[in-house]
Amino acid sequence: MSIMQYNGGSVIAMKGKECVAIASDLRLGNQALTISCNHEKIFPVSDRVYYGLAGLATDVDTMRQRLRYRVNMYTIKEEREIEPETFARLTSSALYEHRFGPMFVEPVIAGLSKTPSGGVEPFIAAADLIGCLNFAKDFVVAGTASDKLYGVAEGLWEPDLEADDLFETISQTLLNAVDRDAYSGWGAIVHVITKDKVITRKLRGRMD
Amino acid sequence: MNSLVSKFSTNNIPKQDVEDNEEYSDSMWASSAGYATNGLPTFRLPSLQQPTDFLRLHTDDHADPSCRIKIKHGTTTLAFRFKGGVIVAVDSRATAGSYIASGTVEKVIRINKFLLGTMAGGAADCQYWETYLGIMCRLHELRNRERISVAAASKYLSNLVYSYKGMGLSMGTMICGWDKTGPAIFYVDSDGTRLKGDLFSVGSGSTFAYGVLDQGYHWDLSDEDAQELGRRSIYAAGHRDAFSGNTINLFHIKQDGWDFIGNYDVSKMHYDGPGNIPGAPGTGYGYEVRTNPEACVVAD
Repeated sequence: MSIMQYNGGSVIAMKGKECVAIASDLRLGNQALTISCNHEKIFPVSDRVYYGLAGLATDVDTMRQRLRYRVNMYTIKEEREIEPETFARLTSSALYEHRFGPMFVEPVIAGLSKTPSGGVEPFIAAADLIGCLNFAKDFVVAGTASDKLYGVAEGLWEPDLEADDLFETISQTLLNAVDRDAYSGWGAIVHVITKDKVITRKLRGRMD
Repeated sequence: MNSLVSKFSTNNIPKQDVEDNEEYSDSMWASSAGYATNGLPTFRLPSLQQPTDFLRLHTDDHADPSCRIKIKHGTTTLAFRFKGGVIVAVDSRATAGSYIASGTVEKVIRINKFLLGTMAGGAADCQYWETYLGIMCRLHELRNRERISVAAASKYLSNLVYSYKGMGLSMGTMICGWDKTGPAIFYVDSDGTRLKGDLFSVGSGSTFAYGVLDQGYHWDLSDEDAQELGRRSIYAAGHRDAFSGNTINLFHIKQDGWDFIGNYDVSKMHYDGPGNIPGAPGTGYGYEVRTNPEACVVAD
């Protein structure tokens, strides 16, 4: 049993047309024992950038605090909100600092970056536990159900989805993938980030 | 090992080693699934000094989780005796590692009209040996013009698995039925343990099932309440244990044989409950569903 599977949980992010979505399950387990069905793994950085952390729960918590500290320092120095790609680079270097004794978390980042013309562009990224970034153009996954998420997402995702269709796609992908994973599930939460608002919904998933 | 081979061989004529036995019997070619003509099963063994060590090397996932052959694990099964007979309830999930390989496994094996066996541990081992037990029970019936007792049937199985002790069989089963003595349950496992009792639960989710079972159980339960207790106990295990769930299969054994009560979705039990059935609460079993129905937003 890997330490990455100790608490269970999965995260996924998808690109849409001028929107991105990020979703996770709600399980916190202690190996086979389900402790909580309301354990959120996705956190906001700003109202345009969200990130999720899959992996060991204690490191998820620590990593979240460290990233908050670094983002706050960045915001004070730069006197502006952090861009999603900058946040991804920051996360990556924070993880690589622990190259020889890693934090057991895999981050998934989703946000809207500002274009020079004043519009927004969807951005998603994921990294492994020592910070190797993956800037995908379709979707990124992490967690105990990652292999199942790849499979379902590969079948359901299509380019340029509108916000409501993206919500449906990411919800169905997550719900169906975690139903094949023993360590993920027990409810889900989805955030759809559009240029004028963030829509957050809790999903009714299988509770076994 | 050769002594074991000869012990379980098809016939009593001196048998040569399996590896240089090129002459297979007709039944081997037609695959009689190991059931030989005289009733004793035969198995082909790996051509090694110690076939058991070879098997353990490749299947023991506690010692080596990366080994190639993963035997399916994870289950919750329960059975209890009460004044109205025996309740048998099981889940239907099969997992291989963290992957949920199936959610529609039939973990109650119908040995005959009066006998049920439950399945925990190695799926193939339980399925094969309990089917084999069914054959032996039928032969007993034909020979003695009388149905086999639950005690005798379970002892047949426990003696059988004991003779394979150390060879990697994995099964934890409850042999349940109704015979001359009334309702009976025997717990039999691959270590050779055989226990008579009123209430058992077996599998990774058994602790959760026992929790609900123990607080709700007493001998004078009505049929409806007993069935509800079985259903509710498996739900509890399905909810808390990662390796149990999907659906519940419920059986009730009475004097005239077993009855299949129904198949229930664990998630449906969580949100809605079993519906308008006598003994059921009429609401979902889930804690947050009962205490705070607005907790979840439906998005379907």
